Amino acid sequence: MPLPWCRLRVAVIRLDGISRTFVVGDQEVHALVEITEEIEVGGYVSLMGPSGSGKSTLLNILGCLDRPTRGSYRFDDQEVQDLPDERLTEIRRHGIGFVFQFFHLVPRLTAAGNVELPMVFAGVDRSERRRRVNEALASVDLTDRAHHRPDQLSGGQRQRVAIARATVMRPRVILADEPTGNLDTASGRQVIQVLERLNREGMTLIVVSHDPNVARRASRVLILVDGRVERRLSGEEIRPGIRPFEERGEEEDAQEPGASE
Amino acid sequence: MSPFEVVRFAVRALTAHRLRSLLSLLGMTIGVGAVVVLTALGEGARRYVVDEFASIGTNLVIVVPGRTETVGSLPGVGGAPHDLTLEDARALRREVPELKRLAPIAMGQEDVSHRQRSRQVAVVGTTGPYLEMRRLEMARGRFLPESELERGSSVVVLGDAVARELFPFSDPLGEIVRVGEWRMKVIGVLAPRGVQLGVDLDEVAIVPVSTAMSLFNRSSLFRIVLEARRSEDLQRVEERAVEVLTSRHGEEDVTVLTQEAVLASFEEILTALTLAVGAIGAISLAVAGIGIMNVMLVSVAERTPEVGLLRALGAHRRQVLSVFVVEAGLLSLAGGICGLALGWVGTGILTEVFPAFPARPPVWAVAAALGTALVVGTVFGLLPARRASRLDPVAALSRT
Repeated sequence: MPLPWCRLRVAVIRLDGISRTFVVGDQEVHALVEITEEIEVGGYVSLMGPSGSGKSTLLNILGCLDRPTRGSYRFDDQEVQDLPDERLTEIRRHGIGFVFQFFHLVPRLTAAGNVELPMVFAGVDRSERRRRVNEALASVDLTDRAHHRPDQLSGGQRQRVAIARATVMRPRVILADEPTGNLDTASGRQVIQVLERLNREGMTLIVVSHDPNVARRASRVLILVDGRVERRLSGEEIRPGIRPFEERGEEEDAQEPGASE
Repeated sequence: MSPFEVVRFAVRALTAHRLRSLLSLLGMTIGVGAVVVLTALGEGARRYVVDEFASIGTNLVIVVPGRTETVGSLPGVGGAPHDLTLEDARALRREVPELKRLAPIAMGQEDVSHRQRSRQVAVVGTTGPYLEMRRLEMARGRFLPESELERGSSVVVLGDAVARELFPFSDPLGEIVRVGEWRMKVIGVLAPRGVQLGVDLDEVAIVPVSTAMSLFNRSSLFRIVLEARRSEDLQRVEERAVEVLTSRHGEEDVTVLTQEAVLASFEEILTALTLAVGAIGAISLAVAGIGIMNVMLVSVAERTPEVGLLRALGAHRRQVLSVFVVEAGLLSLAGGICGLALGWVGTGILTEVFPAFPARPPVWAVAAALGTALVVGTVFGLLPARRASRLDPVAALSRT
C-alpha cells in the first residue's frame, strides 16, 4: 500500500461533491452526482462506464470546458468552478491538453500548423514555436509528416498529431476522450504507448475508454454509473473476462470495444 | 496572438473555401466598382463645366438688367427696371478705374444669307475686346474694330460653321452677306470652337454692337461683360459697377454676376450630383456587406466544432471573435481592392469611348468607397463573429 512519501504527493485535481445537472425541457437530468475524488500529479486514471454514465461530463468539467452545478473543483490548488471565462481559458491553455476521439484537427492546417495552434493563441514567439513543434512531432515519431495535412495522414498518425498538439504547451494534465475509439488495434496500441510515455515523464493522464486493454494499464480505474463513482479499481483488477459494469439499453459489449480486431 | 497571426489564420480559413470566398467578395467588388465609376461620371461632369467656364476667360463680371431678388415695394411704385444702354457701358468704362476692358453685348436671331444659301444664326453685337475676353481665335481676317461703340459699320465676323455653309466653295473674306435686311461685308472668320456653355460659337455672326441694336431695332443691351485687371480687383469692379449704374438709373436695378459665383453654384450642384450617384453606389456596398455576413454565418455554422476546439486549446472568446471579424474584414478589403481595379478599368473604357469627357474618380470617393467597404464588411462580420465567440465549447465540440 502507499509508501509514506507517496502520501506527500500533491493532488493536481481535487473534486469535492461535484454535481452537474442539466435541464432538458422541464426535466432535470443528473449527469454527475456528488463526485469526490483526488488525482495526484503524475497519476494515470481511467474512467469507464456505460454510455450516459457521465464520463464525458466529468471530463468536460475536469477540462474547465464546463462548470459543475454544485461542489468545488481545485485544479493545481486553485478553486476554478467560479472563475470567469478568461481565467478558465488560461487554465486550459497552460494546464490542460485535450485528445479527442475524432482527433479534431483543423483540416486546412498541416500537422505542424495544428501542433503550433495552442502556442499561436498563447502568443509564443515564432522561433520558439518552431522549436517546440519539431520537438513535439519528434516525440510522436511524425517528424517526416510535419507538412502533411490531416487528410494525408492515417487515423493513428492524426491522433499522434493531436497528442503532440495536446502536449506542446507542456500541460500538467492530459485528458483523453476515447483516444483509441476510432483506431484499429495496432494504431490504438501505438497511441496508448505514446500517452503512457508522457505519463512516465510526469504528465497526469486521464483517459476515458471503453477498452479494458487501455483501462487495465491505468493505476486507477473509476467506474461511473448514473453519474456516481460506483467502483474504484486498480488497473490489474481489470482482466479480460470480468465485466466491470453492465452496459444497459445499448447492445454494445464492454469487452468488445469500439475498435474491431 | 499578434495581429499578424490573426490575419494568417484568417487567410488560411478563407483560402480553404476559395470559391465561396471569391463569390462573396464579388458583391463588394461590384459595389466599389460602381461607386468608382459613378463618381467618376459625376466628377467628370463637374470638371467639364469648370473647364468650360475657365475657357471663357477669367476675372469677368457680368452685368444684366433687372434684379433677381424680390424687392418689397408696392405695385406701381418701383416701376420697370431701366434698360442697360451703351451710355451705361461708356460710363462704366469711364468711371471704374480697375477695369481692364469691357464688352457690351446685344443678341438676337437673324437670317444670314449669301445668294441662295440662307441660315438662321445667333447674331451677337459687341466690340473688339470680346474676342480676347471670350478667348476666341480668328481663322482668317480680323475681328471687329477696337471699342467701336457708337458708329455701327456694316461689317460681320462669321462663325466657322456659318462660313462653311454659306461659302462652301469660295473664300468669304470681303464678300457681302445679308444679315436680316442689312448688307454686310465679311471681315473675318472665327476658328472652330464648338458648343460652349450652351452657345454654339460656330453658328454665330458677330457684328458691331450699335449695328446689332439698329438691326434688332432695340435700344437696350443684353448684358455688359467687364474684365478686371487682376482677380483681386473683381470685388471692387463689382461694387463700382453697381454704384455707377445705381446713380445713373436712380435705383439699384441691375444684377451683377461674377464668373466665380456662377461657377461656385455650378460646382455646388455638380458636387451634390456626384455625392448622390456615389450614395446610390454605396447602397450596393451595404448589400455586399449583407452578402459577406451571409457567408460568415455559413462559415461559423460549418466551423462550430473548430470553434469548440480552439476554445479547448486555450483561445479566448476575444481571439475567436477577432479571427472571424478579420476574416470578414479581409473579404471586404479584397473585394474593395478588386472593385477599385474594376472601377479603374470601367473609367478607362469611359474615357476611351468619350474622350472629351474628363471622367476620373475623385480621390475622396475612392478612399470613401474602400473605407466603406471595409467598415461595412467588418460591421456585418461582427454578428457572425460574436455568435462564434459565444458558442459553448462543450456543445460546439460535440457537433461533428
